[in-house]
Amino acid sequence: MSDKKTRSQGHDSLFHSDRVKDWCAGCGDFGILRSLEKTLDRMQLLPDQVAVFGGIGCSGKTPYYLKTYGIHTLHGRVLPFATGAKLAKPGLTVIAVGGDGDGLSIGAGHLVNAGRRNVDLTYIIFDNGVYGLTKGQASPTLHYGEQTRAMSAPSMLEHINPLSLALTAGFTWIGRGYAYNVEQLCDLIEQAIRHPGSALLTVLQPCPIYNQLHDKDWYAGKDLGNGKGRLYSLQDEGYDPVVQLDAGQALQEEKMIQCLSAAQQWGTRIPTGVFIQDLSKPRLLDHITQQHPGYTSPSPAEQPVCDKHGRPLSRLDTLFDALSVHIPNANSSQS
Amino acid sequence: MQRQCYEIAWRIGGPQGSGIDLLTNIFGRACASCGLNVFGHREYHSNIIGRHSYFDLCISPEPITSHRESPDVLVTFDAESLCRHLVTVADGGRVLFAADDAEVPLDSLPFLDARFKGALNNTLSEAGLPRNTAGLLEQARHRSVQLLAIPYLEMLTAMADECDLSRHQAARAINTLAVAASAALLGLDDGLLIALLKRAFGKDQAIFSLNARAVTKAYEFVDEQHSASASRPWQLNQPTDRETLFLNGSQSVALGKLAAGLAFQTYYPISPASDESVFLEAQNPVPLRNGDHAAPVILQVEDELAAATMACGAALTGARSATSTSGPGFCLMTESLGWAGMNEVPLVVSLYQRGGPSTGMPTRTEQGDLQFAIHAGHGEFPRLVLASGDIEDCFYDAMQAFNYADRYQLPVIHLLDKTLASSSQTLRRFRYEDKKIDRGERLFNDDPNAIPVDRFALTSSGISPRPLLGQDNAQHWLSGAEHDARGQVSEDPVMREQMMEKRTRKLQQILRDLPLEEKLRIYGDETARFTVVTWGSTKGAVWDAIKRITQSNVEVRAIQVRLLSPFPAGELAQLLTDAAPLVVVECNYSGQLNALLCEHIGRGADHLLVKYSGRPMSGDAVFAALQKIHDGDGLPHSVLRNSNE
Repeated sequence: MSDKKTRSQGHDSLFHSDRVKDWCAGCGDFGILRSLEKTLDRMQLLPDQVAVFGGIGCSGKTPYYLKTYGIHTLHGRVLPFATGAKLAKPGLTVIAVGGDGDGLSIGAGHLVNAGRRNVDLTYIIFDNGVYGLTKGQASPTLHYGEQTRAMSAPSMLEHINPLSLALTAGFTWIGRGYAYNVEQLCDLIEQAIRHPGSALLTVLQPCPIYNQLHDKDWYAGKDLGNGKGRLYSLQDEGYDPVVQLDAGQALQEEKMIQCLSAAQQWGTRIPTGVFIQDLSKPRLLDHITQQHPGYTSPSPAEQPVCDKHGRPLSRLDTLFDALSVHIPNANSSQS
Repeated sequence: MQRQCYEIAWRIGGPQGSGIDLLTNIFGRACASCGLNVFGHREYHSNIIGRHSYFDLCISPEPITSHRESPDVLVTFDAESLCRHLVTVADGGRVLFAADDAEVPLDSLPFLDARFKGALNNTLSEAGLPRNTAGLLEQARHRSVQLLAIPYLEMLTAMADECDLSRHQAARAINTLAVAASAALLGLDDGLLIALLKRAFGKDQAIFSLNARAVTKAYEFVDEQHSASASRPWQLNQPTDRETLFLNGSQSVALGKLAAGLAFQTYYPISPASDESVFLEAQNPVPLRNGDHAAPVILQVEDELAAATMACGAALTGARSATSTSGPGFCLMTESLGWAGMNEVPLVVSLYQRGGPSTGMPTRTEQGDLQFAIHAGHGEFPRLVLASGDIEDCFYDAMQAFNYADRYQLPVIHLLDKTLASSSQTLRRFRYEDKKIDRGERLFNDDPNAIPVDRFALTSSGISPRPLLGQDNAQHWLSGAEHDARGQVSEDPVMREQMMEKRTRKLQQILRDLPLEEKLRIYGDETARFTVVTWGSTKGAVWDAIKRITQSNVEVRAIQVRLLSPFPAGELAQLLTDAAPLVVVECNYSGQLNALLCEHIGRGADHLLVKYSGRPMSGDAVFAALQKIHDGDGLPHSVLRNSNE
């Protein structure tokens, strides 16, 4: 496979698509898209091995802009779509992307249950506090009392904290990045993909059109006047998120409390980085494989169902036997 | 009504949780093991323990395809069951009841519906009889019903002593006592019951011994007290072998799916659909002819939104994928159905209809979702809707549904209902080994320069060769938004028209491809003008009725419509040209198939027979209605009613 044939003209990423992006100028989506392209390249994955599922909204268009298997799904349902593909074809690298409304409002039930399942996939929430594509209504991450440009009154609802929700739901890798810190974001995406379980990465991003409260300047902390940005990296401060495979319950609880505590920080200092990585929790894929050792070889997607003549491969004799009305001994003695 | 002389209509009633299901299954199997045909039908409440349920078994040397409304034998061990069913017993029939239930006031039975209780009380008062079970028993005696009081408590106390158990433990076998007493009365070999109990309880010797003791006790009691029945179909020496199965519709669907190579099924618990998924879970792993095993993923998920979308996700990778649900769950699946239509995903949805709308009647039947299945989802997209008429259909249709889904790349809705799910029947082992598996047209590409590929290529058949997620050199996009051939979103008006037309062309292709017997089936006298059109589980009652009416030299044919969308309008228009009278029979309020006939061929029923009480039609009721129509007394619209069901 030569570079000339597979890479977009004049671009260094295998995953780069020439399609014109219809996001607004200054949108954080660009930073996330760029980070995805770079990370997938850096991990030396091939476009045939990756499937990117998108929800509905501006962020949901991401799959169109990547040259890999791209699936634009339904509002709120991106996780079950992605989970189905992963369970049927575990060899596929599966990434789900969507907005904060998609994942935390209409899709909240799926988010909670995806955490429980702990299937090896990466879910990136594009968190900008508004529903951009429907013209700026408040989304679940907008804080109580905040009023963005299109709103007629301040928000009357408490916000949802995606990190603490993900923790209680059971996600085993939880992280937060910022759309304009591509270097850190690439590192976080790679960790999330490499994590052998359910990973939730929430990415703070400005919506330059509708969210005037949390714009680039706000994240840069210009209003604070202390020369520092609001965002800082947990890892830079020595925060250790890892719960090892053999960690006891006490250590696991300690790390959960640490994660919950870090997740509550907001305002002048906003943590980014990895909040928790819990390797001790059971994974659905492991359980399925334990119950049915043949499950991954071949996977459900690759399991042949017929021979070369098109005849079914299944053999139902024993299943039929169990339903047969024949009673061997009794029947022979019946007069 | 004229019945086959060796036919026995047997009914048992009892509180839920008392094990009548299991014992009915054992009794049915015992009858079937003598080479007889058995048809079982179950009615139950949406409740775990305590509410009334009953089971009908019809046993005959001839094939039977529906239940009987009036049993020849009624088996009870509680007063409520006795009160509910005594009036339905055929004249001259036999009733087994608890000796202690001989004088129970109707007003002391809390679960007896007020309407029904009032009606019974009124009848008793008018007849000058006491408003209790004694009054009802007396009424039955007047109709020459033979009444057998069984001293269950006495017998259970004795069994407790004999088996060294508490009375409470021994009381668990009251179901076995009751069923065995009826079997003894009918002259069935007790060895069959014992052998089947051994199979059911083999792992637990104490439980087996108790139940075996119950059989012996019941047979001893009946031998001492009563002469066994004269009609003993078991002595006909019908041939029997391992080829005969006794199974219900849920099991049949599940087996059909496994024969087809089901690789992925999701579900959310719902009555009456989840029995199928639970049965599937227990069959894993599935043996293959090459010695390997397949391990289909059968997964319980958070809701039906996830069930349908997850199955779509799996289907995109090439796994044969399905989900199984009932009306309320199907409501939640409609958005996924549109996505599957738009993205041409081979998705099989098994839809077990139940009484609607809303929660409706979760454990009762209805054919009320036909128009919903055809129209579910916003916008217009092709889907294939097929309906099984009996438990054998359930198997082959479930198998074929995957071929349709793969070949035409669309959602296939397999319409079933509570009647099929919980009816059981003796059938010959299904011959699936030579049925063709059709995975449809696939797209393969060796040329890395030729990617992305055209997932939705515009073709004359409307079918675009299908690449799979993760396939080498087959990168493409999928989108619930209108899209171009590569799957990229497009709002171009010409592209929109082309894609709408491409997708819809598949419907014409289906109508061209499918053989007549997949679209509809004709039973009875094919040349008759007297025509009965039906669909789904009602076919069983119609077929029973047709067989009986034919015996009185009436020429009549029945047409079972199997393919409901796309609708086989051409074939039906031709078949119905000379139909007179045209009768349409279905279990819903408005006559949904009749509406389809009017819509597609401009001709509706001369006589519409419907039922919407939540209970299925019986051959008895359809026979009576058809006879009336034949005699010129039929109405344009009749509701089949039975207030005792």
